[in-house]
Amino acid sequence: MTARVGVITFPGSLDDQDAARAVRCAGAQAVPLWHSERDLRGVDAVVLPGGFSYGDYLRCGAIARFAPVMAELVLAARAGLPVLGICNGFQILCEAHLLPGALTRNRGLRFVSREVCVRIETAATPWTGDYTAGQELTLVLKSGEGAYVADPATLSALEAGGQVLARYVGANPNGSVDAIAGVCSGTVAGLMPHPEHAIDSLTGPGEDGLGFFTSAVRALVTT
Amino acid sequence: MTDEEYEAVTKILGRRPTDAELALYSVMWSEHCSYKSSRAYLRQFGEKAPPSSALLAGIGQNAGVVDIGQGYAVTFKLESHNHPSYVEPFQGAATGVGGIVRDILAMGARPVAVMDALRFGPAAAPDTRRVLPGVVSGISFYGNCLGLPNIGGELAFDPCYAGNPLVNALCLGVMRHDDLKLAAATGPGNKVVLLGSSTGPDGIGGASVLASASFGADGTSSAKRPSVQVGDPFMEKLLIECCLELYAAGLVEGIQDLGAAGVACATTELCAGGGEEVGMRVRLDAVPLRDPSLGPPEILMSESQERMMAIVEPAALERFMAVCAKWEVAATVIGEVTGSGRLEMTWHGDLVADIPPASAAAGPVYHRPVQRPPGQAALQADDPARLDRPGTGPELRSALLSLLSAPDGADKSWVTEQYDSYVRGATVLSVPHDAGLVRVDEHTGLGVALAVDGNSRYCLLDPYAGAQLALAEAYRNVAATGARPLAVTDCLNFGSPEDPAVMWQFAEAVRGLADGCLALGVPVTSGNVSFYNQTAGAAIHPTPVVGVLGVHDDVRKRLSVGFGQAGRSVVLLGRTEAEFGGSLWAHVAHGHLGGLPPAVDTDAERALAAVLADGAASGLLEAAHDLSDGGLAVALAECCLAGGQGATVALPGDPFVQLFSESAGRAVVAVLPGAEDEFASLCARAGVPAAVLGQTGGASLEVEECFGIGLDELAAAHRGTLPALFDEVPAVEA
Repeated sequence: MTARVGVITFPGSLDDQDAARAVRCAGAQAVPLWHSERDLRGVDAVVLPGGFSYGDYLRCGAIARFAPVMAELVLAARAGLPVLGICNGFQILCEAHLLPGALTRNRGLRFVSREVCVRIETAATPWTGDYTAGQELTLVLKSGEGAYVADPATLSALEAGGQVLARYVGANPNGSVDAIAGVCSGTVAGLMPHPEHAIDSLTGPGEDGLGFFTSAVRALVTT
Repeated sequence: MTDEEYEAVTKILGRRPTDAELALYSVMWSEHCSYKSSRAYLRQFGEKAPPSSALLAGIGQNAGVVDIGQGYAVTFKLESHNHPSYVEPFQGAATGVGGIVRDILAMGARPVAVMDALRFGPAAAPDTRRVLPGVVSGISFYGNCLGLPNIGGELAFDPCYAGNPLVNALCLGVMRHDDLKLAAATGPGNKVVLLGSSTGPDGIGGASVLASASFGADGTSSAKRPSVQVGDPFMEKLLIECCLELYAAGLVEGIQDLGAAGVACATTELCAGGGEEVGMRVRLDAVPLRDPSLGPPEILMSESQERMMAIVEPAALERFMAVCAKWEVAATVIGEVTGSGRLEMTWHGDLVADIPPASAAAGPVYHRPVQRPPGQAALQADDPARLDRPGTGPELRSALLSLLSAPDGADKSWVTEQYDSYVRGATVLSVPHDAGLVRVDEHTGLGVALAVDGNSRYCLLDPYAGAQLALAEAYRNVAATGARPLAVTDCLNFGSPEDPAVMWQFAEAVRGLADGCLALGVPVTSGNVSFYNQTAGAAIHPTPVVGVLGVHDDVRKRLSVGFGQAGRSVVLLGRTEAEFGGSLWAHVAHGHLGGLPPAVDTDAERALAAVLADGAASGLLEAAHDLSDGGLAVALAECCLAGGQGATVALPGDPFVQLFSESAGRAVVAVLPGAEDEFASLCARAGVPAAVLGQTGGASLEVEECFGIGLDELAAAHRGTLPALFDEVPAVEA
């Protein structure tokens, strides 16, 4: 049985096609999901892709969070559906309170598009099972509002609970607190850099990102 | 509008024009829209066009369409948004991107990539620190939000651009052959539908107020601020997806984007495109407004962004509206196509305009006075050969570092890291490589390469040769990826056409570009002219910017610039002479601009391009980089920095000439081990001189009997300049 992974398209989503390609490369079927339909089509996992949903009006992800599809997604996530939010997807998950903390303006006040090195902090999620804790990957960061923030209490809880998914290695590209590049909560994960742009050496820095998708496929097939 | 033009309008109409008609003719006959000072010269691109079976739509349509094989076609065009970017850098640049993207969309293509060529005043000048960050963040804001990868461009600085920055934006679109849409209204009874944003007072008269006039001596630009358009890339993203879905469903008969001169332009051009009998009846009061105080003249002239005009069969209208509703794109029927041959516009039932549309779409043609500038001979006689030149190893070493750290030669990451180059997952090459390379077909590896180049110093010295050198450089850059150059677009940036010296520069440049395209076998398929780039009588240097598009049969075999592995043979291709007129060295070391630019040899450029394409296809080469500003020295440094490997080379002649001359028709390559003899034979058969300089490897660039510079020191010189100048200036956003 081929795993079915949904990719949600909001008005303004940009990396949905790239996320779908990564899902297919990992051996699963990519199922397009539409923002205004309260229907997850029975998928086994969901990816919220990067982009500028609703033009980043008000705040990044602030409007997408109220899309009809999100009502279904929140319920499903709380019931254990694996969800990965990439970049704008991460922002939407924070706005929907499925993940703690928030993403704010890059410290340098400019959009940053470059390769970054991240270290996987936990392999105990459906999205990182194919990596080992401590493994370093080269992914692509491209965002203007990628600085992760959280209050001290939340940060302590994250660290103590093993909820930091990944950290930037080397110079902090955007001012994220504690160099946090991604966080997780149960089966829900958020990551600022784009793994789907690192699955093919021809068009990206390498293939380090494919593991996020193969991890999910393997986790789904074995459950 | 001049008195003569007004007289011409009254003759055409047989009466005085109404307010609405006057507004319509004044924007349509502005220099920016009508090309009245340039059309007489631009005809050469058609007259001298080399035969090419690849052209599916040429000059005159919104953007040239080129067949690239396997059933695919691409469309590409360069456009300027210079004046608005000086007045309001962020929005001026942002809407420049928006405008060119809509042009590509109107051809029936999906926009897939953008590039930009930017020119500013001196890098350290206070006003540059106002304009540059604003322009870059405007392009970043708009392009990134549309999901279009930025695959390359240019950045140059010169005092002549201090009051007249140049922002030239390029967009590439991909389509299947059958997707081609033309800007023509056909079929009496078909509906005229306005899609996208509502119409407001922004940008009124942008074409006439901004782009067709010079800036005054007082330099104040705030009075012109309302004439700068305001962009909403989210709306444009929705518009793109909506239009592509409409096209795929066969719901659109004709389409035009609204850019300069908005509704006036779209209606007249759709009618004119349809033929003599085609007319339209438009209800201006049906145009959705965001400012209810606008009347017919303002509505006609408004340049509100993110709008398209479609011609739709009545039977298809319901499905058309359903698709627009799905994408939440406003769509309003504002009129019908008629068979009257007249463009009639009403306002609450009253007829406010009734004109023959072709007369507005095709404005007057001027033959402005042309005169070679009196100082031109002296300028050309001011030979840089007389300048003091570095002779010792340390002097040559220092000269290279000064070129790498000069704003013109420095690393451009400060700019390019603000642009997403990854979105869509099809960018094979972008900065710092010679051309952008986009994969079109995932299975066959078919791809398209694009390069934009200009050299205003060469053009000032000799506009004819300078235009050809810009073309040759872009052609060479495309070839350096292993692609075959196929077609050309251009953006011709000049001072006032009312200045005979500027007209001489323009005439020479167009003649040079047309002759060059014929000699290289690549036709001009589209282009743009920007006049009036001057302030208080001081014109910019003539700056024709040329974009060349090429086809790559298999992007997996592309060549990039980096020396990535040690032990590769480094070979210099082409012939080197002592040519320093307009060179980066003369500019940086002496502030000198004089003499003649390098000689142009189109046969040599063709031969070189063929060697690079063959070398790539046959798997003989690992890296290739064309030589341009700063000559061999800068090119070698860039290869080392891009790939992370040093190189050791010996120079086959006078070190200063070998290192810094800017002779054209040259490239440096890294040959794969074992392929050296076969590559040498390839070059010999093609008649391309090939000199083995040395090998890649090590942690420094070693020029034997001259100097050595460690990669770290090269990187520090190259990468420090722009951040030091612009990092502390926060970008201004909408």
